Amino acid sequence: MTSLSYAAPTSVDAAVKLLAGASGLAKVLSGGTDLLIQMRAGRFKPELIVDTKKIPGVIGIREENGAFVVGGGTPGAVVEAHAGMTKAWPGVVEALDLIGSTQVQGRCSLAGNLCNASPAADSVPALYAAGAIAVVVGSNGRREVPVESIPTGPGRTSLAKDEFILEFKFPARPARSSDAYLRFIPRTEMDIAVVGCGISVTLDANGVCTAARCSLGAVAPTVLLVKEMADVLIGHKLDADTLAKLDAAAQAAAKPISDKRGTAEYRKKISGVLARRVAQIAFDRASGKATGKTH
Amino acid sequence: MSKTHVTATINGEAAEFLCETQQTMLDVLRDVVGLTGSKEGCASGDCGACSILVDGTLVCSCLMLGVEAEGTSITTIEGIAQGDHLHPIQQKFLEHAALQCGFCTPGLIVATKALLDENPNPTETEARYWLAGNLCRCTGYDKVIRAVMDAAAVMRGETV
Repeated sequence: MTSLSYAAPTSVDAAVKLLAGASGLAKVLSGGTDLLIQMRAGRFKPELIVDTKKIPGVIGIREENGAFVVGGGTPGAVVEAHAGMTKAWPGVVEALDLIGSTQVQGRCSLAGNLCNASPAADSVPALYAAGAIAVVVGSNGRREVPVESIPTGPGRTSLAKDEFILEFKFPARPARSSDAYLRFIPRTEMDIAVVGCGISVTLDANGVCTAARCSLGAVAPTVLLVKEMADVLIGHKLDADTLAKLDAAAQAAAKPISDKRGTAEYRKKISGVLARRVAQIAFDRASGKATGKTH
Repeated sequence: MSKTHVTATINGEAAEFLCETQQTMLDVLRDVVGLTGSKEGCASGDCGACSILVDGTLVCSCLMLGVEAEGTSITTIEGIAQGDHLHPIQQKFLEHAALQCGFCTPGLIVATKALLDENPNPTETEARYWLAGNLCRCTGYDKVIRAVMDAAAVMRGETV
């Protein structure tokens, strides 16, 4: 058996060199809540683990003129405790708050959740809806890409061998903007989404939607950014007609499989129901009618 | 590959150990350091029996590598009692008989400590959600919650 090495570099350059120079499989470690389980199950047999958490910027949150920069390896619990993120991006925060248990949230990270590339990941639809930008570092330097360009299939990403996500940028929000995320599970905690839905909106003073991003999780090989759902919302108030069209757009976009968590038909139906509920919460938050947690 | 030398603080005392990369913190605690209070229930982060505090944050020690402990301060169930005196959480678990087989108890007590450190006055709902990642196969959850709520009151200085 080949032995497994561990490195905890303290700079991006050192981490990239280690990843680029590995002869066998090298895995990036953030919180490890997926990686350690997959290693134990034998899904990966890496020769090197590169722990990114000692690299400046990987852990922590900073505000830059209304925008937030969240380190890729920042534990979910740290984001949940951040007043600025909770106010500006309640949907992202409530999505992180649904991942695993309190214990898991002490370790799990946005970069890990995105790069694990599960279609049912809870924080990923919220990241897509938020329009978050991933700051990717590698041998060729630094590039900033939309989060939806990272997952390419279950467990697969567009990142090169020597690349990892340093941090995420959440843009400054116009007035009357907010977001929401809900997932459906048959109980209240500790389960994996049957369907997840994230919606971020900006409203004008009359409550008419001027910008929207909508996403669905667990209904395709990757999380989906659904432009057709956003198009239904933009230019409209959230009345019964808009909700019905949103429901139909979500059901049309969902391309689920049947598995132990639900049949394809059930998932399509739930996609529409969740989209209605999430839109209502996002609109209520954006118009100042609702604050606080939904679960 | 030689083993990695790790320096950490465990239950308030300086500790050093050697471990292989693939050993989890739970493996290290149980097999290297000799602290067997933390239990392995699922080894996949679902059951919470291996709960520890790392720099005050509640984590599953089965989801952390031993090598990641370098420079951290770790609290295990063995570090909860205050000398020969049971911690109020432990005392209330005893008084309420909040355990049957006891396998989940170390994790529940460590998780409760983390809850009450952060929120000394939780609602029952908050306590139940916080402890959702601590599974009790004997399903003695109601007694656990009563013990947690009572312990919280004692720690706030209230008479119960």
